[in-house]
Amino acid sequence: MSLSIQFDQVTKDFGAVRVLHGVSFELAPGRVYGLLGENGAGKSTLMKILAGYERASGGEVRIDGTARRFDDSRQAEAAGVVLIHQEFNLAEHLTIAQNIFLGHECRKGWLLDDAAMRAEAARVLQLVGLAADPDTPVRRLIVAEKQLVEIAKALSRRARLLIMDEPTATLTPGETQRLFALIARLKEEGATIVYISHKLDEVERVTDEVVVMRDGRFVARAATAEVDRRRMANLMVGRELSDMFPDKEPPPADAPCALKVSGLSVPGWAEQLDFEVREGEILGFAGLVGAGRTEAFEALIGLRPRSAGQVELGGRPVALRNPRQAMKHGITYLSEDRKGKGLHVDLSLRDNLTLMVLRPWLRLDQERDALVHAVREFGIRTGDLAARARMLSGGNQQKLALAKFLHPDPRVVVLDEPTRGVDVGAKRDIYFLIRRLAAEGRAVIVISSELIELIGLCHRVAVMRAGRLQATLGLDHLTEEELIAHATGTR
Amino acid sequence: MQPEPVESPTVSRKWRSVLGGLGPILGLVALCIVGTALNPDFATVDNLMNVLTRTAFIGIIAVGMTFVIMSGGIDLSVGSMAALIAGSMILFMNGLAGGGHAPLLVVALGMGLALVLGLAFGCAHGLLITKGRVEPFIVTLGTLGIFRAFLTWFADGGALTLDGALSDLYSPVYYASLLGVPIPVWIFAAVAVIGSVLLNRTAFGRHVQAIGSNEQVARYAAIRVDLVKILTYMLLGLCVGIATLLYVPRLGSASPTTGLLWELEAIAAVVVGGTALKGGEGRLVGTVVGAILLSVISNILNLTSIISVYLNAAVQGGVIIVVAFMQRGRR
Repeated sequence: MSLSIQFDQVTKDFGAVRVLHGVSFELAPGRVYGLLGENGAGKSTLMKILAGYERASGGEVRIDGTARRFDDSRQAEAAGVVLIHQEFNLAEHLTIAQNIFLGHECRKGWLLDDAAMRAEAARVLQLVGLAADPDTPVRRLIVAEKQLVEIAKALSRRARLLIMDEPTATLTPGETQRLFALIARLKEEGATIVYISHKLDEVERVTDEVVVMRDGRFVARAATAEVDRRRMANLMVGRELSDMFPDKEPPPADAPCALKVSGLSVPGWAEQLDFEVREGEILGFAGLVGAGRTEAFEALIGLRPRSAGQVELGGRPVALRNPRQAMKHGITYLSEDRKGKGLHVDLSLRDNLTLMVLRPWLRLDQERDALVHAVREFGIRTGDLAARARMLSGGNQQKLALAKFLHPDPRVVVLDEPTRGVDVGAKRDIYFLIRRLAAEGRAVIVISSELIELIGLCHRVAVMRAGRLQATLGLDHLTEEELIAHATGTR
Repeated sequence: MQPEPVESPTVSRKWRSVLGGLGPILGLVALCIVGTALNPDFATVDNLMNVLTRTAFIGIIAVGMTFVIMSGGIDLSVGSMAALIAGSMILFMNGLAGGGHAPLLVVALGMGLALVLGLAFGCAHGLLITKGRVEPFIVTLGTLGIFRAFLTWFADGGALTLDGALSDLYSPVYYASLLGVPIPVWIFAAVAVIGSVLLNRTAFGRHVQAIGSNEQVARYAAIRVDLVKILTYMLLGLCVGIATLLYVPRLGSASPTTGLLWELEAIAAVVVGGTALKGGEGRLVGTVVGAILLSVISNILNLTSIISVYLNAAVQGGVIIVVAFMQRGRR
């Protein structure tokens, strides 16, 4: 019952801009494909055409040998093609069950058949491993749970071709494991799966074959077993990628303590956290989603209430009641939610960059100089300095966000998931930037769910579980196994 | 990148922003041509000054309203606030004059009271909205009723009238001219210029825009969101105070119909001027042009007999909807 797909010279133009240049390849039924490419390579656009969200400007998409053109996603879903979006399409005020059946409600005569929908919702929720009542409003769920609801929604549509766009970006290792088990099961049941991800280790584990795209063109395909991660990365960027991570130079032995936190407690999220970070040191924070890492640091700089805790910056005790005081004392925090909390996507690059440090009277010429400087310094690729932030690619938005939160020249900078949704090339740029920040004598704290990133980048990694600090691992103990063991409490 | 489905994204964006800025001005020019064609009295200096003087009240309030709307808020109470401030000024001045104070001092104190009351009401709005976390729509809908009810109570359902001597002394503030231009027009121009500088050249203005564009991002960027919001409502209150102290000498009285539907006109001027109602984007020049455009419409209705003057508010309401219709999906 699975579908085979043939793309034949598919092109897509947005006005004069051609984003797909005659893409041709085939997907055989019942296999798991990894679709790789940097941001802007055209993979999402191609998949949107397949799933009826966009129309091709030229070429053909054949499903099981017949040319098909879907007017909308409903038609595609009726044909068994379902796309799980990178961004969520959930109605926040409706319940999980209502969302799963949105537009496909079960009926009993004129009325909705709530009991049947609830039962089916409970079934698919169990499949994805989300222990939540189908009557829970979606707005009460955390991001990872919403992702699982999106997957459950796709399952309830009985997909024969399932496209997943970055499904694990917000999932914990445990949830990711469950998703992989689910993918294996769907494959056994005969579904074709297209798996888009920046996480090459996952692609390596879960896919049968990889297809690589670059600049709107098909580049290569190969059996997953025959290419290693390095080769995948090289194919995506189109050049030899030397080591992803910069060399680790530990901070000098006598480097003074930059930030010392003792007994930090955040009601409902964190209890009695003690840690310190020295100048020139990169301290990682590992843990599952919901372990309280983000919340602890939001509380630290005064974005949410805390019930206890002392903070010392540069050896002096300080009271940080709001982000402004925190900034004045030399600590800034870049949120994991780039578009919701990090950047004003509708404002210009300049307005974003200088927002935190404006003097009462604006100096537009100085702001412009600052932007020119930041674009060079942080390697932000933009054709137009007057552009709005939303015109930038994900990686360049992230670089702009980093520039913004470094503009106040903090001594301590907290970066929450600094490479989320960013392509390999930009990731590497960001790693080297973080290294440089440390070399300049700043203390850097990196919160990340990507263990490889923490291991490759940090001098020490603190592991949190359920709001408590579980362990702090030094250089010689930094392995994936150790981190997972502490994060999940199996040690 | 989100390419636009048009010839060239950059060029079209520039064109659209240019058109967005020129739209209200082109509308105003077209209206003036129509007005001149319909009635030769339209294009006289006297009539122009008349229109501008009448625009001053709404225009000054609309300048303040631009800040509130840009930050993502709204204030429905401005008409009632103007009425209550006008009534309070008259009671206060009459009382002081009865106590034997010098008339000039009395008028000066009365004008000061208008500004203080405007600031105080705005501050109350801001505190309820930020610290009290009540929707701006609800807070100002409530005070819309409260302010007007208090005026009606003070006036016992009738009108409050300024004492004759005071009225004579105060009337030049509305009726006098400087270099051939009436005082209210000068003040309107000054408020517009100061507002424009505040919006485009100060951190406050940039912060207002940032909050309206995305409040959460602003909060994370160490902006004192609550303080900035309170300041926008106080600024609007101050503008209402200024408009009222220009309005009182015109009739020398306040009644339950004073300032009726001013909120409609002020919000209409802001929207017609191209400021997005959901906040984050807007232009002060647009607001000024929008305010003038609305009063030109009512002036043309007055001078011609095509549509009844009684339908003035209907035309303004229609203009808001048409402009919003043309702006839809702009972002």
